[in-house]
Amino acid sequence: MSAPTYDLGTLHGGLRLDGNKTAATSSPLARMPVPAQLVLPLHQHVGDPAQPIVGIGERVLKGQLIADTRASLGAPIHASSSGKVVAIEPWPIARRYGDPAPCIVIETDGRDESIQRAESRPDYRSLTREHLTSLILEGGIVGLGGAVFPTAQKIMQANTTELEMLILNGVECEPYISCDDMLMREHAASVVSGAQILLHALGIELCYIAVESDKPEALAALGEALGEADDERLALKQVPTIYPSGAEDQLVQLVTNREVPTGGLPTDVGCIVQNVGTAAAVHDWIERHEPLVSRITTVTGPGVASPVNVEVRLGTTVGDVVDFAGGYTDKARQLVIGGPMTGKSMSTDRVPVVKATNCVLVLSEPVSAGPELPCIRCGECAAVCPIQLLPQQLHWHTRADNEQSLRDYGLLDCIECGCCDLVCPSHIPLTAAFRMAKGRIRELEDEKARADRARRRFEARKARLEREKTERAAELERQKTTARAAGPDAIAEIMRRQKKKDDD
Amino acid sequence: MLVAIVLFGLLALVAGALLAYAAIRLPPSTNTLVEQVDELLPQTQCAQCGFPGCRPYARAVVEDGVAINPCPPGGERTVQKLAELLGRDVLPLATPTIDLRQVAIIDEARCIGCLHCRNACPVDAIVGAQSLMHTVIADECTGCELCIAPCPVDCIDLEAVA
Repeated sequence: MSAPTYDLGTLHGGLRLDGNKTAATSSPLARMPVPAQLVLPLHQHVGDPAQPIVGIGERVLKGQLIADTRASLGAPIHASSSGKVVAIEPWPIARRYGDPAPCIVIETDGRDESIQRAESRPDYRSLTREHLTSLILEGGIVGLGGAVFPTAQKIMQANTTELEMLILNGVECEPYISCDDMLMREHAASVVSGAQILLHALGIELCYIAVESDKPEALAALGEALGEADDERLALKQVPTIYPSGAEDQLVQLVTNREVPTGGLPTDVGCIVQNVGTAAAVHDWIERHEPLVSRITTVTGPGVASPVNVEVRLGTTVGDVVDFAGGYTDKARQLVIGGPMTGKSMSTDRVPVVKATNCVLVLSEPVSAGPELPCIRCGECAAVCPIQLLPQQLHWHTRADNEQSLRDYGLLDCIECGCCDLVCPSHIPLTAAFRMAKGRIRELEDEKARADRARRRFEARKARLEREKTERAAELERQKTTARAAGPDAIAEIMRRQKKKDDD
Repeated sequence: MLVAIVLFGLLALVAGALLAYAAIRLPPSTNTLVEQVDELLPQTQCAQCGFPGCRPYARAVVEDGVAINPCPPGGERTVQKLAELLGRDVLPLATPTIDLRQVAIIDEARCIGCLHCRNACPVDAIVGAQSLMHTVIADECTGCELCIAPCPVDCIDLEAVA
């Protein structure tokens, strides 16, 4: 625990929000029993969806691979409990713009039988980095902080760069969410062990575990676990409680005082960030041979009877999880998957808990605070923007649909944290407009790329037709020359022969 | 006073002469302008503007002053951008359209393998051989509709892409 320390960097803007976390953290971590039905979406991660490798009617065991990925970017999916596959069909899932997406539906048999694994693995320290990375891929492990980027691919990408440190993200800055806090309190040793495994896979010697200052219990538990591990590569770092300090680039800036360049990744400044939950999942898979089949989710909000953090099998429907937490109260009005700032509002609680589901939030009244009024150019939004953008300028340009100005003003760097919405005295839904505008810019980019490709193909075709024409002309010319060289007698002879053939 | 008038008069003359010389000797860069216009066009190569492809139309716009609004796939956005680039007035589209990306799709059961659509496709997005079923490479199709008319069995439809 004596790694070199850096001065904490500073974060521009941000907000000190009401945590609202104690409701869920005051009760211990609960473990939810296996529900009667599990719904496992094939697309729980960034990248291409996994392909089912089980059929309807097939019996599966807990931890059995049920959907695999052959694509370059993706993560396999394992059955969360034993039972029978009853359907592979579209099901509503928690996505921002989502139609129902294909899911594997398993009817559980209550026996929760695990698949028999081959004999135990060798110690991970004896494996090469590549081997360890491919093992992590097989565990279906993705970033559990919310972005669900496949962990193995993140490691592979990082291994192609000059890497200096791993930062474990225990900064759970969004209000209401406390699943990482609970995980660090109860499974600090797993987090530390996961960090060691990740360090081995990355081939680096420095890891900071960053935890917000409002989580004294987690800090204490991690401190104890680090003391036991006695690994001088790992160090605990306390960061101030400011939203959105837990966003990847912001955390890098806080911990190292290095700014991730626009359009870049933390690896551009020598860092790789993983969520503490991801580290614990890596530990469970590598050391205990348990793939990612469950996660800790916070069930909270004024609309939930007894808020709690619960370890839940992936595929459990949100409705079941809320029932486990005592059901809805009379105040329940709005269901959000994720936090109040960046979460997605859901119209149904039939959506399953997936790898990305860190929080099930039931709010009492819609978040919108009042009617939208014209911008008065107060500049509050610019003061709180953690990326130091100018939301009021972006606001005008989104209204004018001015793509170039939006790019010039850095819209694509917006992390959609929602700070500007919250401070806007005119209640302008800035983040929603920015999200739309980003989609529009991406759409225009696609259109442009398509047009360029069509132009290239059109020109290639034109060149080909041109070439064929000259080739035909040359061939005709050649035949004429040959005929002329043979003389009129030869031609007459050929014509006569042809005529004779026709007559026959 | 007089000196000033003469001085500035001379200055204006010299500058005018220089500009006139430049205008005569340096040819206007129509080529790059054609390319700029071509950049803004949707590259469907659909010929709905009356020209055989986007680039010929771009050349006609720049060199012959053809109107900037006969491009349905480009939509109003393209008209606006062209107006901005060329300093012309924004016109309503000549034929109003819905702004939807479409691709052609061949009903494989009905296709007789006549090659007519393949030869009509401006971007080589249809593959097939004589007497064998043809198919559209959806990723490359620009939705120009040029394959629909030549089809003798009417087995090609357009489908909106999400």
